[in-house]
Formats: sequence, structure tokens, C-alpha cells
Amino acid sequence: MSVIYVLLTISIIVAILFFVAFIISVKNGQYEDSYTPSVRMLFEDELVVKTTKEKTPKINPTK
Amino acid sequence: MEKCYHCGDDCTSTIVDFDEKKFCCNGCKTVYEIFSTNNLSYYYDIETSAGATPNIVEGKYDFLDTTDISEKLLEFKDTNIQIINLYIPHIHCSSCIWVLENLNKLNQHISNSQVDFPKKTVRISYNPESISLKEVVLLLTHIGYEPTISLEDYNNPKKSTNNTLLYKLGIAGFAFGNVMFLSFPEYFDLASSAKNGGEFWLNKYQDIFRWIMFAFSLPVVFYAAQNYFISAYKGLRSKLLNIDVPIALGILVLFLRSTTEIILQWGPGFFDSLTGLVFFLLLGKFFQQKTYSFLSFERDYKSYFPIAVTRILPNKKEETAPIHDIKKGDKILIRNEELIPVDGVLISPISRIDYSFVTGESEPVTKVSGDKIFAGGKQLHSAIEMEALKTVSQSYLTQLWSNSIFKTNKTSRFQSITDSIGKRFTIGVLSIAFLATLFWLFYNPSMALNVFTAVLIIACPCAIALASPFTLGNMLRIYGKNKFYLKDTYTIEQLAKIDTVIFDKTGTITTAKKSTASYEGYSLTKEEEALLKNTLRSSNHPLSRSLYSMLSEQNIVTLDAYEEHLGKGIIGTKENATIKIGSASFVKNTSTKDAKNTSVHISSNDAYKGRFIFKNEYREGVSNLFSKMSKTLKLAILSGDNSGEKSRLEKLLPKLTPLYFNQKPEDKLEFIKSLQDQGKTVMMVGDGLNDAGALAQSNVGIAISENVNVFSPACDGILDATKFQELYTYILVSKKAMNIIKWSFLLSLLYNIVGLYFAITGQLEPVIAAILMPLSSISVVAFTTIATNFLGKKLR
Repeated sequence: MSVIYVLLTISIIVAILFFVAFIISVKNGQYEDSYTPSVRMLFEDELVVKTTKEKTPKINPTK
Repeated sequence: MEKCYHCGDDCTSTIVDFDEKKFCCNGCKTVYEIFSTNNLSYYYDIETSAGATPNIVEGKYDFLDTTDISEKLLEFKDTNIQIINLYIPHIHCSSCIWVLENLNKLNQHISNSQVDFPKKTVRISYNPESISLKEVVLLLTHIGYEPTISLEDYNNPKKSTNNTLLYKLGIAGFAFGNVMFLSFPEYFDLASSAKNGGEFWLNKYQDIFRWIMFAFSLPVVFYAAQNYFISAYKGLRSKLLNIDVPIALGILVLFLRSTTEIILQWGPGFFDSLTGLVFFLLLGKFFQQKTYSFLSFERDYKSYFPIAVTRILPNKKEETAPIHDIKKGDKILIRNEELIPVDGVLISPISRIDYSFVTGESEPVTKVSGDKIFAGGKQLHSAIEMEALKTVSQSYLTQLWSNSIFKTNKTSRFQSITDSIGKRFTIGVLSIAFLATLFWLFYNPSMALNVFTAVLIIACPCAIALASPFTLGNMLRIYGKNKFYLKDTYTIEQLAKIDTVIFDKTGTITTAKKSTASYEGYSLTKEEEALLKNTLRSSNHPLSRSLYSMLSEQNIVTLDAYEEHLGKGIIGTKENATIKIGSASFVKNTSTKDAKNTSVHISSNDAYKGRFIFKNEYREGVSNLFSKMSKTLKLAILSGDNSGEKSRLEKLLPKLTPLYFNQKPEDKLEFIKSLQDQGKTVMMVGDGLNDAGALAQSNVGIAISENVNVFSPACDGILDATKFQELYTYILVSKKAMNIIKWSFLLSLLYNIVGLYFAITGQLEPVIAAILMPLSSISVVAFTTIATNFLGKKLR
């Protein structure tokens, strides 16, 4: 039954991995601005659409 | 009325047609042109009329060409890349984010720009070899996103955020989850023994489970919970029993008893409760820490003052000099709309200075050559020259900040409700613990230590410590949604204790935007009215603008002649009719001194007609608010203005409301202090720099702001001007919030009594503690959240 050591080690390693991921994300400033990325992810391509003079349906990401 | 396609304002005087769209002015049209030629017109699709009219003042940003100054502002500097973080108050919608992050389409030398929406900042990386910092700022200004660069930014471009609490919360949560997991076998008594039906292999390996739990609890006790130990130690050293004393005691006892238990193999210990307790406590702290990152509550004159001014050298050359370098005797050039940074003497023949922010005087003051002018005023129209008499830090206005009140921290001056409960609670818990131990010492000495530690563990005031942060933290958010932005939860506690409210007049109970005027004199003919309106149309003077918007609509005609005499008045001619509009001396050639009222005089064909008298417009509901408040609170008005409005105020406000006029900033501060010496809890409601001392001295200093993004002095809270009449409701709600806290104290005490029963009778099993502690915390959090949300619904 010493497999319990293996299981415990694996579970703790997985937990520690997530914990390290959390620390890294805080260090990278992911928690400093939690609003702008949510708006930004809805943009990106608009510029191309406009240069081809196509009418784009109006979207309103803030509402 | 047509709305401007760019900024959404009403197109009043002129309508500019361009590309089948209507614009209120050429500025707005130009921005549209820039956007559409650069394929950025999607800007108008995301959010309609999100723009701002660009306000370009020639030479305003020349100081950015001075390397000494620009270096202090930059966040990063290299030969081919520079990074600057600029604060842009106009950022308010997704259109703004989109266009500012596409700056590289407008100028290829800008490599990257990133918006931080909550902070209203944009971080721009650019190549300094092809575009200078000044050009970047000018580009932003030209598209209506003018950054605010003030003396405050000088020397500290990098503001590091404090993530310690997040780390601690992460560690406590991580340990809590894992320890809970590892103690599961113990909860179901699986590990008792093979004979009792327990699992053999869990029984065999229980030591490893326990020691892993011990390992997880180490960072929680020694890192995540360290602030509680420090605070308790500080409290004890200053002979104060704050709420952190029983908490620290609880954590310590939990850790020591659990460790002893696993070393001596008595049982599994209370590591689950220990980590859970710290996690919940930190969660409360995190929730309480609501900051409005786009507001600043600590501002002093520095965020209002420019970084640099134009200095005129003896050889008539101009140079940009940092404000701190201005010495006595320097000649300075102040442009239109610029701020006077130091006290000095006016050299130019005439100037009009707006002191409303400093003194509370509502009308601009006219100064002539040789007059003394004070720092903080804003020059209106044209450029003036002045000679400095003092340095910045010695000027009349800035000296207010050397008062000691600005150096003391308000939170340390008063005791919070949790701490005042904490004192009684600690005494109660300790006496129960000692009594129970004493009893067991006689009855069954082997149980004595067990009971003593159990009482301290179960009585650890986790739920009590959570009641206040969750109630007040949630209230802070509810107030924020209702446009009442408070600095911290502590302010709500003070708000509930208020018994005296002092108001400033100008800008606080009067509006800055509107003013009303009444006409006195011979009535004007139709032709004269038309000529008056058309003449005013050409003038940019603030009084002309507001008078123009008040007069009835007239056909637009082109004048034959129009003259503007700076600081005096205007003359308009059409065919053979001439109209003179302006000051008494200009229109009548006699100077009648009526300093208390602002009036505009009119004469037609050199025959005196009459005058428009301007009055302060009071905010909607002032009278109503005052009469409601006067029932329970003491009120007073403290104004820096003259007593011209005294009789009107007396009519408007409840009888016997004390009115004080001509109050200097120091007078206001001293007035509040004297009230506090009489034992009053004072709230100051103000708006300008002249109230800064009073706001800092008062128990709760609230700044009224027409636009919360623009400047407001250091204060405890910022109230949006549109919500001014709700002020009393907000005070009443804060009192109710304090009642919610008291009720949740009661609720958590009930849990403590149940827990104490188990502890005193010596039956406290780890599983009971593990159930009771989170349960009491969660029910207190649930109760406060529901109750405060219920209060919040009433607000709307």
C-alpha cells in the first residue's frame, strides 16, 4: 500500500503547480487591471473591415 | 437641436457640415477627419459620440522638450525605445480603449500602446529617434485625449502596486484546500483503528498525513498571518486590546496545540480550522480593500500645479524651467488657461484671474500692472508676464500644506467599532478560559489544559472580525454605484457618527456650470435684442457665453463691425445701430462700485439701457436637503466668498443656519478644529483647494465634484454633484450599516456560545471546530451581504 506515497506526492505536486501559476500571474500584473482585457478581446479585426468599406453591424461591448 | 457626431454636444452657434455629418465645431471635425483618413472611423461605431473637443493651447507642452523634465516622467528609457505612462481623464468607454490601442495606425513610430481602463492611463512605447515625447502628447491632444501631466508625476513615474495581500491570500487558500483534503480520513474516523472498522492502511499512514498538514500550516502561520501578530503586539505595547489580540492568541494556540497533539500522537490537531480561519480573515481584508483606482484621495496642490513654466531670461529669451527652479525675482510667462505657480507681481498691464479654486470667489478678478497675484489662480485670456516674489513651496496657497494636520493619519486618530468590541471580547474570553480551567483543575486536572486551549480556539473571533469588513466593504461598493466614492471602510464608520455638517458655498452648494441673470433697466426693443445676441455670439468671455445661452433665439445676422476690449467689454455694430456690452466703466463711463454682484451693462447707441445681474445658481434641492438635515444635525456655511449672497442664502436655508463669509483656508481649518474641541464629530463638504485644510481636519471630509475624473482635493470621499441631494440619505444609510454590524456581532456570539459549550465540557473534537468555524463565518458573511444589498436597493 505504499502507493499512497506516490499518490500524495502527485496530488501535492499538482497543487503546487497551480499555486506557482497563481504567483506568476500576480507577478505579471494580471490582477492589476481586470477590466480592460475583457473589452480588448472583442476588438482586433475592426480596422481591416473598415478599409474594405464594408458596413459592420454595430456592436457594443460595454453593454 | 443637432447633436455633434463627434462629441455629442448640442450644436449651438455654428454647425460644421462634413462628410454628411454634423459637428459642433472645427475641432471635432478635424478629429473625425484624422480618424476617417486613418481608417479608424470604427471609433464611432463602437460607441456613438464618444469623443471630446480637442483643446489645443499653443506651447503648452514645450516643457516636454527639456530632457531634464521628460526624463523624470518616463517609465523606461533607451536609445530607440521609450515608454511613458500617461493619465488621460477622458478615457470612459470602449471606443476610447480601441482608438488609444490603435495609436500606431496614426503614427508608425509608436510601437505599442496599452490602456488600463480602471486607472484611466495609457502606456505608450515609441521610438524617440523619430518621434519625441512632446509629439506623442500633442498627437493625443489633437485627437481629444489630452493627458494630464502635473507636478505630482514629477520624480515618481512608477507606482508599484502592493500585491502582498494577494500572495498571502493565495498561500492561505492553497493550504486551506489541501489541509481540508488531507484531514478527510480523520473526519470520518477512518483512521481510528482496524478494530473499530477503520481502514487499516489509513491508520497505518496517518502520521504522514498529519505531518504534511503541519508543513502546509507553517507558511500560513508565519507568513500569511504575520500581520495579526504584529498588530496584536503593537496593540498590547500601547496598552490597547484590539480585535487582533484574541485572533493572534487563537492562531497561536491552535498552532501550538495541534503541533503538540501530532508530536505526542494524541490526535490530528486543528490544522484545518487554523488554515481556514486565516483564509477567511484575509478574504475579509481583501474584500474591504476596495479602491477606486481612477480616483485619488491623497491629492495636494501638486496634482494641480504644472511641472514647468516659461521663464523669461534677462536677454528677453524664453526658456522652460521646472517649477522647483523658480526663484525670487524670476520673470515668468503665463499663457491663457495656465496656472500661476508662485506668488508674484503682475508686469503686464491687465489680467483676469480665476481664483475660484483657491479662495472660493465665484468671479474672475481683474488685476492691473503692479498688483500682487497669488499662486493657484488661473489666467484667463492672452498671456501675461509676472515676477516671482516667492518660491513654490513658500507661496500663500502651498503653505497650507505645511500644517501638521496633513501629516497625521486619520485612521490612527479614532478607534474602529471592531476594536472597541475586541476589548470587551478579549476580557470576556480570557475570564471564561481561566474560570473553566480553574474548575477542571479541581475536577479533573488532566483535562485542564485541553479545556483552556479549546476555549481560546473556539472563541477566536473570526466571525466578528469578518462582520465589519464585509458589511462596510459591500457598503463601499453600493455607495460607489450611487456615485459616492469613499476612501475606505473606516470612513463609513465615521459617517455614522456625524453630528455637525459644514458646507462650503462656491462650487459646493452652488453649481459651477450654470448661473442665472436678471435684467434691470429699460426694456430692449426687438432689434436691440437681436443685435445683443449676435454681438455676444462672437465673444468667448465666460459671461458672454452664459448670457448668450440664456437669451431667446434670434436670427443669425452678420455684424458690420465687432470690437472686443479686453477686460472691459465688447461693441457690435449693424447698419446704424451700435451696442456696447461690458463693465460699468466701459458702458457708462462711470465706475459704480458694486463689487458684490457681477453685472453686465448694456447701452444702445450710447444711451444707457440697463444691466444683467448674475447670481449664483444653487444646486437643485439644496433648500430641501438643508431642512431635512437640520432636524438631526447641526449645519453651517463657511464661505471664502464675500457676503453678497447673504440675504438669498438666508431665504433658502432653514432659519438660524450660521453663515460665515470671507473665510481664509486657515480659518476654515481652525473653525473645524474648534468644533471638534467642543466634542463634535464634524463632516466638511467642500470642493476646492481652499477647503483642503478643513477637509483634512474634519472627521469626514467630502469633496463635491462635477466631474469625478477632474481634480478634487485630498479628502475621505468624493460625491458626484448630481447626487448632492442624496447626501442625507447616505448618512442615514451609514447608520443602518453600523446596525447591521452590531446584529452580526450578536449572530457570531451565538455561535461562540455553542462552541464554548463544547470547549468547556472538554468535548471539542477537531471536526466540530472544523464545522463551527467556517459555518459561523459563512453565515455572518451571508447575513451582512444580504442585509447591505437590501439597504442598497432602498438607495435607488
